Order: sequence, then structure tokens, then C-alpha cells
Amino acid sequence: MRCWLKAIFLGISMFGLSLAAYGQEVSREQIKGLDEQVQEIKSDVLRIAAELHQLEEKLLYPSNTQVAVFVSLANDTTFRLDSVEIQLSGKPVAHHIYTFKELEALQKGGVQRIYTGNIRTGAHDLQVIITGKSAGGADIQKTDRFMVKKDVGPKIVELSLATNSIALKE
Amino acid sequence: MSRRIVILTSLMFFIASSVAADRSAPEELKDLYFGEALYCAYQGDWFDSIARLDIELAQHHGLDEPQRDTLYYHINQAEFAVGDFELAYRMHHRAGRAIKRVIEGNVEEPVRNEAIYRLARIYFQKDQPVNALHAVERIRGDVPERIRYDLAFLRAHILMANGRFVEAAEILQRLQGVKSLEGFSTYNLGIALMKDGKVQEGRQCLDRAGQISSKDPATMAIKDKSNLVFGTKLLEEHHFESAKQVLDRVRLAGPFSNRALLGAGWTDAFEERFDRALVPWSILVDREVTDAAVQEAMLAVPYAYGKLNVHSKAAVLYGSALERFGTEIDKLGESIKSIREGHFLKALVREELKQDANWVIKLRRLPQTPETYYLLELMASHDFQESLKNYLDLEQLRQKLQAWEGDLDAFEEIIERRRAYYHPLLPAIDREFRLLDSQMRLRLEQRDRIEKRLKVMLVVPNPDYLATSKERIISENINRLESNLTAGGAVMSTAIAARIDRLRGILKWNIYTDYDRRFTEAHKHLQDLNSEIELLKKQYTAFVRTRQAATQSYQGYGDTIRRQRILIREAHEKVGQLMARQGHMLELMAVNELSKRRDRLAEFQIKARFAMADSYDRATRAQAQERVER
Repeated sequence: MRCWLKAIFLGISMFGLSLAAYGQEVSREQIKGLDEQVQEIKSDVLRIAAELHQLEEKLLYPSNTQVAVFVSLANDTTFRLDSVEIQLSGKPVAHHIYTFKELEALQKGGVQRIYTGNIRTGAHDLQVIITGKSAGGADIQKTDRFMVKKDVGPKIVELSLATNSIALKE
Repeated sequence: MSRRIVILTSLMFFIASSVAADRSAPEELKDLYFGEALYCAYQGDWFDSIARLDIELAQHHGLDEPQRDTLYYHINQAEFAVGDFELAYRMHHRAGRAIKRVIEGNVEEPVRNEAIYRLARIYFQKDQPVNALHAVERIRGDVPERIRYDLAFLRAHILMANGRFVEAAEILQRLQGVKSLEGFSTYNLGIALMKDGKVQEGRQCLDRAGQISSKDPATMAIKDKSNLVFGTKLLEEHHFESAKQVLDRVRLAGPFSNRALLGAGWTDAFEERFDRALVPWSILVDREVTDAAVQEAMLAVPYAYGKLNVHSKAAVLYGSALERFGTEIDKLGESIKSIREGHFLKALVREELKQDANWVIKLRRLPQTPETYYLLELMASHDFQESLKNYLDLEQLRQKLQAWEGDLDAFEEIIERRRAYYHPLLPAIDREFRLLDSQMRLRLEQRDRIEKRLKVMLVVPNPDYLATSKERIISENINRLESNLTAGGAVMSTAIAARIDRLRGILKWNIYTDYDRRFTEAHKHLQDLNSEIELLKKQYTAFVRTRQAATQSYQGYGDTIRRQRILIREAHEKVGQLMARQGHMLELMAVNELSKRRDRLAEFQIKARFAMADSYDRATRAQAQERVER
């Protein structure tokens, strides 16, 4: 009986160790070979993405009419951003509700491109409406208006959101 | 094998540390598109982050004056970041190439050393310890402070993976006081020393690692692991008392708890203290039945009762184990069938699972999914994780390619609509434009002439040029009057001639005396004209640009779209083939794992059946004996 007990015990130990070396039919070379092919196709698709992006920019957002609006959070921001709405020349063009992951990405210093579109050259009214919650849990709703001047080249606008203000950076 | 264990034990540390260290945003962000790439990266959206940063870097490097580009301020960080993103997206070849570019570039010593460190880490993670060693040996001079300890720790691991345990132990010895490596450095020092033959010293290290106190989950996990490894070693060497003490240190709620409880029971069982062995085993048998240690305990508990001469209880428990093994074998059989029918792969790519960090747990609750309890350990293994991530990445690529095919259709439709709108309009617009263009050119020439004349008048004044139209008409009238009066040789009367001269004199007087004022006014008018001309030129340029944009909005896309279609179709086919192969590999791994667990349970079933019969016999004999004695 003692032998049987030992056999079980050895079984346990060996089982614990053998977990890493599962599946003899799938060799490491096979895994590695396939992994390299997956890396290759990722490279190919990334190249396609870059070309497609250029095509899309040229076709849908030519530089003479392109406008891009970015959203970032200021360094000292303590409030929780829930949503951002953008109106350009009186028309609503973007409305975004933030997920936890997106908010975290903004808090780490990431910048979100919330809108890309086309406008004529000249001055345009940009209205920004944000909603959120303060550190104390109170609801926040803030609206600000800016004048955006579009020239011949692409117009890039950054909206930096802080607890008490919205700043426009051009 | 030992090299793989070294690599596997350290991998978690490096993956965790790399996520924290490498992807921080710049203090002051100047390039919004770089910020956008970071935004994607912070959400784990590696494909988009690489795609965006690739485009930005390509544009930056294509500029004649890159120093005027906003990315110039972050270029080193961006080059590093793209390597990091590629690494996170498991594109080790490209990540390696990106980092090599930094190493070979004109960068400062700390930057180069950090790049080499990252390259070495890639080699190490890809199980290429010799390449990793060659890379890390190239590090000379200043190393950034924030990677100093991580570099030393990596160097130690690389040396261990290359079998150079003495040097590795020396490095790990120096890292003993480093808080961020607490537990990891001591555990690895123990392993290095034991591999070097210094068994006693190695054990002391494992013992020390098993007694640290911390609130960090990773440190606590390595603490549990140290105790399990050390305890199992002591148990194998029949130091049962010590083994029990060490195994008892493993937390009851940790990932190594089940195996520690099982081992703790065996330390007592080997000492014939079966009543005490029942304590940990009884805790264990109530846990998740699919765990290997729990299944083992289901045999161990009746075995202990048998040894305590409670054969009837042992027989009942063997019977219960037998029944549960049977159920589990059936479940495993169903799971294998389900995997072979493709349900496993379908479940893995379900959208709702990707939203949840605990997707493996959630996977169990979904209908038509295989028995994932049995796959938990397999799913946690490095190779399976990599294969699974590749499969999910391929699925993401497949979806992207499919969406892009739709995008190309939409682009073609847009182009066609634009062509249908602009094409008939443009010839008439062009005709009108040509007419206006010639008129404009004429006016511009006139303006140039005036300017030239005024410039000459600054040097040689010529008041006649500034006569008003009224004065010109009067002058012409006087001339006409004079010629009428002298027509046919007639002689003009002296009085009339004097009047004509006086009129001419007055005219000339006005023109000459008013010259300065008129000259100033003419300049003022020219300036006004210049601003009008500027406006005209702007409108002209705007028209030309708009006209050009109208043509460009539908012309010249045909070849690009056709080429993209071919590339997307080819990539789509390749992704499909790779998905099939990768999926098959995952299924095979899962089926292998489940089959192995099923075979093992079948073996247990046989043992339990014999043991149960034996226990019934003994119980019956004991009862008979009791009756006889009574």
C-alpha cells in the first residue's frame, strides 16, 4: 500500500511539472513558425492600413478643407469626463461618451481625435459641451465657444479640458 | 528544460515591468498625432497605435526640414514607442528592427544602452538566450537610472538561461535590497545557487523568499511559489516536518494553495499521521473538482480513512469519488467533442468576451463552450497565451480587412458620384474661367504700365500724364475748335487766337500747379488698386485650387484602389489560412490537455474501483470480526 501511496504522490509532483510541457503533438518549432508568419501578415496589413489612410485622407479630407479636432485632459484635471459634444458652425459634428479605458488613456496623456471633417476657409464657430462629475461627485456641465480660422492648409485644433475650463490650442 | 523554467518564471516580471516603464506620455506634448498613437496604445489597441505612429514617423523622415516638424521634439520617444507597441503586438522582428535603428542612430549613450536593454529583453522573451547575452554584453557606460535594476535582473536571467549560474548569482546577490525586485531576486538567487551546486545556500534563499511580507500580489505569488518549490523539494527528500512547515506558509487563497494543501497532507501521511493529513485534504476536496490536486485529494481522503481503519467511510468516499470521476470524464468527453466541432474557437472570438478582463471565467458560463475549468492552466501557459493572442489578432485583422473591402466599395461610389456631378459642369466653368482669365491678365498689364509710368515720373515729372479726363476732353475740344477755324487755310482772328491760347494756358496752369497733389493721389490710387489686385489674386488662386480639387476628387484613384483591392484580397486569404492553422493548433492543444486529464481520471477511476472493493472487503471483514467477538 505504501508503494501505491508513493506512486500517487509522484504522480502529483510529475503532473505539476508536466503542465508546462503539454501537447506533445504541437512542437515549439510549429508554434514559432506560425508565429513568424503571423508577424509577417501583421506587417503586410499595417502597410495596407498606411496606404489606405493616405487614400482616405486624400479622398475624404483633402488638406485645403481638412479640420481635425483633438481632445486632451490638462495635467491638473481631477474631474471625471463623461462626454464631449462638438458643434462646428452651429452643426453638431461629434458626440462621444467615454468608457473607463478611454478616460484612463486620456488621463495618462493620450490625445483623442474626436472629429475629422471638412470646412471652408474662413472663420468658424466651434462650440464645446462637456459633461462629467467633479471629484466630490457633483455633476458638471460646461459649454464654451471659440472662433476657429481655417486657412489653406489642414486645420488642427486641440481642446484641453481642465476641471474649470476648456482651452483651445491651435 | 531548466532554461525554459528560468525563462517562464521571469517572463511575468519583465512583461509587467515593461508595461509600466516604457509608454509614458511626454511632459509637454507637441505632436497631437503622437498623442493619438499613445491614446490607442494606452487602451491596448496596438494595431492602431502602430499604424498611426508608422504614418507619423514616415512623414517626419520624409521631410526636408524635419526639425520644423512637431514630432521632432519627441522623435527619440516615438522611435522607442513604436518598438514598444510592436513588442506588445508581438511583432518581435519589427520591434527588434525598430530598436536596432535607435542603436545604430546618432543617439546618446544612455539612449543607446536603453535600446540595447530592450533588444536583449526581446531576445530573452523569444527564447533566444545567446542573442540576448550578446546584446546585453554591448552595454557600456551610462545607463538610465530607471532601468538600472531591471537591466541587472535581466542580465542575471540571461546568464542563468545560458548556464552561467555563478555570475548570475553574483548579480542577484547585489540586487537583494532592491524593493521593486523583492521576492523575485531572492527566489532566483536560490535557483541560481542550487543550479551552481550550492544547495544549502540556495535553500536558504528560497526559505528567505518564502518569508517576506508584502502587500504586492506579484511578490506574494512569488513568495507562495518559493514555499511550494522548497516544500516539495523537502518532501521529496523525506524531510517531512520541515516540508510541512514550509508548505503551511502558502496562502490558502493563492494560486498555489491547492498543490500546497495536497503536499501538506502527504507530509503527515508519510509520517503515518493520517488523522492530521485529513485536515488539509478535507479542505481541498471541497474545492473546484476540476483541479488536479483536488482530484488527487478525492483519492487521498478515503485512503487516509482506510489507514485509520474506518473502512466503511473509506468505501463510501471511494464510491463518491468514482461517481464524480465518471461525471468529469463525461464532461471532458463532451468538451473534446465540442472543441472538435469548432465551438471553442467560436467562443474565443465572441465580442462580449473581449470587453471583460475575466473573459476566461465568463467563457465558462456561456452555452456551447467546452469545459474551460480544465483549460485554465493550459490557458495560463505562455505558448497557449501567445497562440491564443495570435488567433485573436488574426481575427481582428480579418475583421479589418473585411471592413476595408467595404470602404473601398464606398470610395468607388463616392468617386463615381463626384465624377457624375463635376464632369458635365467643368467644361462650361473652364470656358468662363478662360474668358475672365484673359480679362484679368489685361487689367494686370494695365496696372503694371501705370506703375512703371509713375516710377518714371518720380525722376522726370510729366504733368500731362495726370490730366483728368475732363481736362483731356477740353484740350481735345480746343484743338478741334482751332482746326475748324483754320480749316481750308482760313486765318483765325487775333482775338479768337488769344482766347484759345488763354484757355490752353488755364488748362496747363491747372495741370501743372496741381501736379504734386495729383501725383500723390495717383500713388494712393495705385496702392488701393494693389490691394484690390491682391484680393483678385487670392480669389483666382482659390478658384484654381477648388478647380484642381474638383478634378482630384475623382481622378487618379483607379490604380490605387485596384492595387489596394488586390493587396487586401491576398492578405484576407492569407489571414484565413493562418487562422485555420492557428485555430487547429489551439484546438489540438486544448484536446491534448483535456485528453490527458481524461486519461488520468480514467486511471484514478480504476484505482478508486479497486480501492473501493478492497475497502468494502475490509469493512465486511471488520464487521464479521466484530460479530464474532461479540
